[in-house]
Amino acid sequence: MFEGLGSKLGDIFDKLRKRGALSEADVNAAMREVRIALLEADVALPVVKEFIDKVRARAVGQEVIRSVTPGQQVIKIVHDNLVEMLGSEASAINTVAVPPVPILMVGLQGSGKTTTTAKIGRMLQREQKKKVLMASLDVQRPAAQEQLRVLGEQAGVPTLPIVPGQQPVEIALRAMTAGRLNGYDVVLLDTAGRLSIDDALMAEVAAVRDAVHPVETLLVADAMTGQDAVATARNFKERIGLTGIVLTRVDGDARGGAALSMRAVTGCPIKLIGVGEKLDAIEPFHPERIAGRILGMGDVVSLVEKAKEVIDEAEAEKMARKITKGEFDLNDLLQQLRQLSKMGGLGGLMGLLPGIGKIKKQMAEAKIDDRIIKRQEAIILSMTPEERAKPAMIHASRKRRIALGSGTTVQDVNKLLKQHAEMAKMMKRVGKLGPKGLMRGGLGNLLGGLGGPGGPGGLPPGFPRG
Amino acid sequence: MNGKLGWFARLRAGLSRTSSRISEGVGAIFTRRKLDDETLQELEELLISADLGPATAARLTANLAKTRFGKEVSPEEVRTALAEDVAEILEPVARPLDVNRGMRPHVILVVGVNGSGKTTTIGKLAKQFRDDGKSVMLAAGDTFRAAAIEQLQIWGDRVGAPVIAKAAGADAAGLAYDALAAARNQGIDVLLIDTAGRLHNKQNLMDELAKVVRVIGKQDPTAPHDTLLVLDATVGQNAHQQVETFKAMVNVTGLVMTKLDGTAKGGVVVGLADRFGLPVHAVGVGESADDLRPFDPRDFARSLMGLAQ
Repeated sequence: MFEGLGSKLGDIFDKLRKRGALSEADVNAAMREVRIALLEADVALPVVKEFIDKVRARAVGQEVIRSVTPGQQVIKIVHDNLVEMLGSEASAINTVAVPPVPILMVGLQGSGKTTTTAKIGRMLQREQKKKVLMASLDVQRPAAQEQLRVLGEQAGVPTLPIVPGQQPVEIALRAMTAGRLNGYDVVLLDTAGRLSIDDALMAEVAAVRDAVHPVETLLVADAMTGQDAVATARNFKERIGLTGIVLTRVDGDARGGAALSMRAVTGCPIKLIGVGEKLDAIEPFHPERIAGRILGMGDVVSLVEKAKEVIDEAEAEKMARKITKGEFDLNDLLQQLRQLSKMGGLGGLMGLLPGIGKIKKQMAEAKIDDRIIKRQEAIILSMTPEERAKPAMIHASRKRRIALGSGTTVQDVNKLLKQHAEMAKMMKRVGKLGPKGLMRGGLGNLLGGLGGPGGPGGLPPGFPRG
Repeated sequence: MNGKLGWFARLRAGLSRTSSRISEGVGAIFTRRKLDDETLQELEELLISADLGPATAARLTANLAKTRFGKEVSPEEVRTALAEDVAEILEPVARPLDVNRGMRPHVILVVGVNGSGKTTTIGKLAKQFRDDGKSVMLAAGDTFRAAAIEQLQIWGDRVGAPVIAKAAGADAAGLAYDALAAARNQGIDVLLIDTAGRLHNKQNLMDELAKVVRVIGKQDPTAPHDTLLVLDATVGQNAHQQVETFKAMVNVTGLVMTKLDGTAKGGVVVGLADRFGLPVHAVGVGESADDLRPFDPRDFARSLMGLAQ
């Protein structure tokens, strides 16, 4: 149900048809779409406003790079700012203190604290060779302590023996004592899920904090969280004090706007993300990935940058003029094929786009790879200049010659000609949109034409189309 | 600590925190202002900020524009009008869970993403059915999560309901089959089947859930008689994908929204009602067994808008 921001902004700027610097009106129009996109991605409203103000100020007056549309230019600015706001610096779990180092895990019910605790315990033990002890202070939910014990067994991380009837502060102190006596480096304290407005339970976790003085207090939060992310993160920050955030269920399909909200409200880094049910499914946080996801697109910015590098502007202009006149011959197709190769081939291009897995599979099934591009290039190169300019003149005997010359078959030649005919038809339509439509429409249709079973729909929605 | 307060007071107390944010916002927008485009846009965003979702927010705002555009309107009027519109959307979906439809056992399958509150909801439902004098059996179908079986067993002990369980890691479909057979043998009134939490975009886990439904149907083609999707009130717009996928895979027949006693408003339920029309059977407003309540659309809507009852 979500439309990628890329195509939305594309629509706006297609209407504006402006070149040169971004005017305030352009930027305002774009910012309305950016705002909706962020809200759809569950970024909290106050954070959206703050973000938009910042981006607007930076975008106005920016020069638009030729061959890149203003829409893409704005996306790049938005994306860069998003990455910046999400925190570009990597931030690991801090275990530098006098051992045993206490780490406190807090969060709402069902956010994934216990599983995350076991994942972090396993990670610290395996990757940093720390001796880790885990203890559950959850005396609320039935069998919560048992859950951590079982997970500890699975992860090979020791847990504090359960003493029925003990209260959270007692358990925490017992864990620290056990940690000291048995030479543990880290003591992970998993707490009960609690509402940030539940005074009694918030006081309880504050008492635990005061008893053990944790080096890290991590808020575990669900990537599916909506607008509430702000209230929850702020309350936990104010009542308990936080040093970092762990975002769970990033393997779901939520857009993850909560990451931006919580980062903005608490100023705390997002340290880790949970990406699956298995105990090794925990990873460092990469702001670019979440930024692309919030905007509903893959790494479009890299794509824009690549396009900027390889597309010769003069050539693009020339082709644009031809296309507006409805001319698109095999020479133009050749040029597009070569541009595609320069951008890293289909594989390279696909790697930059969202929903790659599915398309790659489709391409594999249809046996489409970069060799096809090479082969098509060879076919065109085996044609005479007249043939390239007037494909209609290519009849049976010429086809046989071309096939022979390029080491392909007549069917391959036919396929290429048919594809070209379809593209030329599309190009005529693209031409009506003006020069800007060229690159996007050209590549999009080219890929669509090659898409086999994927057909013209083979491109993910985030990919800007003419 | 707050056990003396009625559930509604607690729901309202919970809702009023963020709804007061909405109402302050609405107040700020409308004080001595005509209802113009800019105001409508801000209003739309405010609804979005309560997780109502862009589509529903747009629909509600458009509705408001139709009747009041260009007029001087007070914040109170706007809120009342919005609450009425929200209630109107919710009215058709507020339908309690009916287990008196002559099935024996009445089989209820409970599904949802991880951490939404399935097991707790089952415990609360079991308590209510027991209070109504029904015999209840629980099936510990979450054989994946550590200690999920123990968690359900504790609930079973609390409410006096037998729990059918196998070792962790056992086949959930086989367990559901056995539980249904046992419930039929013992003439149980209501069988509640727990399932492991799963993200809806994990195809293999969803297939596994579809298998549970298939296997239940082998003994009783009409079962499960209700398939409840449990949603956490903190969820944002991803709830749409959750409902869509779970509905397609296991024919969800109704929703339960949990954790409405926090700062989250669960406004997405309005968008869900608008789009899917699935009944909302109950809302969870606390951790104790009595905190699962029928869903009252009017109260919910008015609370959401920060209005007195």
